Amino acid sequence: MATEALTLGKALNAGLRRALDRDPKVVIMGEDVGKLGGVFRITDGLQKDFGENRVIDTPLAESGIIGTAVGLALRGYRPVCEIQFDGFVYPAYDQIVSQVAKMHYRSRGMVRLPIVIRIPFGGGIGAVEHHSESPEAYFAHTPGLKVVTCSNPSDGYTMIQQAIASDDPIVFLEPKRRYWEKGEVDPEAEAYPLHSARVTRPGTDVTVVAYGPMVRTALDAATAAAEDGRELEVIDLRSLSPLDLAPVYESVRRTGRCVVVHEAPSNVGLGAEIAARVTEECFYSLESPVLRVTGFDTPYPAARVEEEYLPDLDRVLDAVDRTYGW
Amino acid sequence: MARDDDTLVQLLTPDGERVDRAVGPDGVEYSVDLTDAEYRGFYRDLVTVRRLDAEATALQRQGELGIWASLLGQEAAQVGSGRALRPQDMVFPTYREHGVLYCRGIDPIMPLSLFRGVDQGAWDPIETRCGMYTIVIGAQTLHATGYAMGITMDGKVGNDDGEAAIAYFGDGATSQGDVNEAFIWSAVYTAPVVFFCQNNQYAISEPIERQTRVPLYQRAAGFGFPGVRVDGNDVLASYAVTRHALDHARGGQGPTLIEAYTYRMGAHTTSDDPSRYRPPAEAEAWRSRDPIARLAAFLGKQQIADESFFAEVDEQARTEAVRLRERVLTMPDPAPDSIFDNVYPHGSPLLDGERERFNAYRKSFEGSAH
Ligand SMILES: Cc1ncc(C[n+]2csc(CCOP(=O)(O)OP(=O)(O)O)c2C)c(N)n1
Repeated sequence: MATEALTLGKALNAGLRRALDRDPKVVIMGEDVGKLGGVFRITDGLQKDFGENRVIDTPLAESGIIGTAVGLALRGYRPVCEIQFDGFVYPAYDQIVSQVAKMHYRSRGMVRLPIVIRIPFGGGIGAVEHHSESPEAYFAHTPGLKVVTCSNPSDGYTMIQQAIASDDPIVFLEPKRRYWEKGEVDPEAEAYPLHSARVTRPGTDVTVVAYGPMVRTALDAATAAAEDGRELEVIDLRSLSPLDLAPVYESVRRTGRCVVVHEAPSNVGLGAEIAARVTEECFYSLESPVLRVTGFDTPYPAARVEEEYLPDLDRVLDAVDRTYGW
Repeated sequence: MARDDDTLVQLLTPDGERVDRAVGPDGVEYSVDLTDAEYRGFYRDLVTVRRLDAEATALQRQGELGIWASLLGQEAAQVGSGRALRPQDMVFPTYREHGVLYCRGIDPIMPLSLFRGVDQGAWDPIETRCGMYTIVIGAQTLHATGYAMGITMDGKVGNDDGEAAIAYFGDGATSQGDVNEAFIWSAVYTAPVVFFCQNNQYAISEPIERQTRVPLYQRAAGFGFPGVRVDGNDVLASYAVTRHALDHARGGQGPTLIEAYTYRMGAHTTSDDPSRYRPPAEAEAWRSRDPIARLAAFLGKQQIADESFFAEVDEQARTEAVRLRERVLTMPDPAPDSIFDNVYPHGSPLLDGERERFNAYRKSFEGSAH
């Protein structure tokens, strides 16, 4: 397979297909993942080709999906669970936080739970409530879980395979508003390490840290800023737990300015963690405080005002400007 | 295809023949004795509810609603159960109960504003005695149970001013932990609650076989309360069975599970593609069980209604739909800073600050090309 332009959705589908192909222990499970191919069609065609025992339509019960994945993993399977939408993971929250996250620790390392929990997350698609949430902080706060998110088709393709191959339980967040955006995918390219952040656009003036759906927004802001003569360095975190902040520190030491962007509310969110650590590590390099551009501390609002809620290019640029005000 | 098994309570056959009495699997005898005006009222409800639903589907197709969950095919289950409620009863719906809302007297614009994305479906649950739509599957069954426990604690069971709660949910929802917990709680506390499951055969793409190996109504026995399966396309039976279950609850005898056996004729929502998982012949077969056609047949045969009545009902439904359309098209978007409203009853310093900065930021664009 040569390099190909794929949407993020198709790239994830290709990655899942390859994982199913490579390892007979990989099973996909979730609501509507079979005939329908998932509500976003990420599992499209997989049940047809791999059968009902590899791509399993489950009863409508999220706690059941994750709880049975624990049992399957104990028998040597590698379950890839699809949660249909971010707002529906909470019925499974107990299984994820109380069981999945802790078994390796409790068993003094004897038990491994190579479970991947795929969640389409974030807003921007005009959905009704419970369909646009950003639950990453809940999971990143839980020791024993790893949390990653892809921002483009190429990463989607490789990261999903790496997550499935990993022995850790991984919450895999898919930025649903980016499912339809295209990018080049080279299936033969060497994979970038799963838990490493990546400089997506080099720059000299301000470090912009983003992940998932906001990477596109940050890149757009960087393009706009360049017209005004400011070079933003955009870093895609990719891994939210563990955080790989070494490239961020390195960058901030050069730029002296840092803006963190995410859709989730700011209060006790990932941005707070990143700001605190950057401040600790780069205190003498900083020209201004680390700023956050985030969703507001409200429930995700109704679709007609979601554009007001979501960080956009202008809000990122505004924060960039403000870092020059100190 | 639906099995016309003998456990299915039916008071009106698909051909529009009245069945005098039907005995449920629990041994209860069901019957209705309605006046001609009441029969006509049921018909009017069914037609209106279907027409408004069709209008909403059209509005979605024209980009005026973000999404719509159609009730097409499920009108009889909703109108029958909805009309069995007394004003003091409390309803806990899911996201497809537009027909129940209609019977409750709730302005049909209410669910549309939710699906348009103007608000989150904020009608007053206390005043209307109808909870807001619940999108997280099954959650409302526990709310109904708790509410019903409150009814008991308030001494409002087993007497003249008795109240009951009713929870609506789908067949898929019966797989959720919450629903099973609601069954347990309501049974052990003898809560005056009715569980009204519309088994429309699918949870998005997954057929009922993916949720259960036993007929759903039979599950109730394992929790210790009666379960009954009713023909959900028969408005009379849906009415009779629900009324009985509500009286049973009101009388202090605890919960009932009603499985309204029906079919979702359209897509799950306007985002869904049923051709991927449903044979076309299946929906075709269910068409012969259409809830409106069968009541019309009965009304005609019994000379309870004539052509002019049917025409008048159609016209009235059309007028209501047109009015609804006009109102949707002129529905204003919320004020931008309304996103900060009502997070807490008494506000919060964090949000006050955010709102202030948000408004200052928006103001900074004034006069610019933005
Ligand atoms: C907890 C939860 N999981 C998943 C969903 C996504 N979802 C919305 S409707 C639906 C199917 C529900 O089927 P059923 O309970 O049979 O009700 P129906 O829509 O057929 O009336 C699913 C899976 C959800 N809303 N909530």
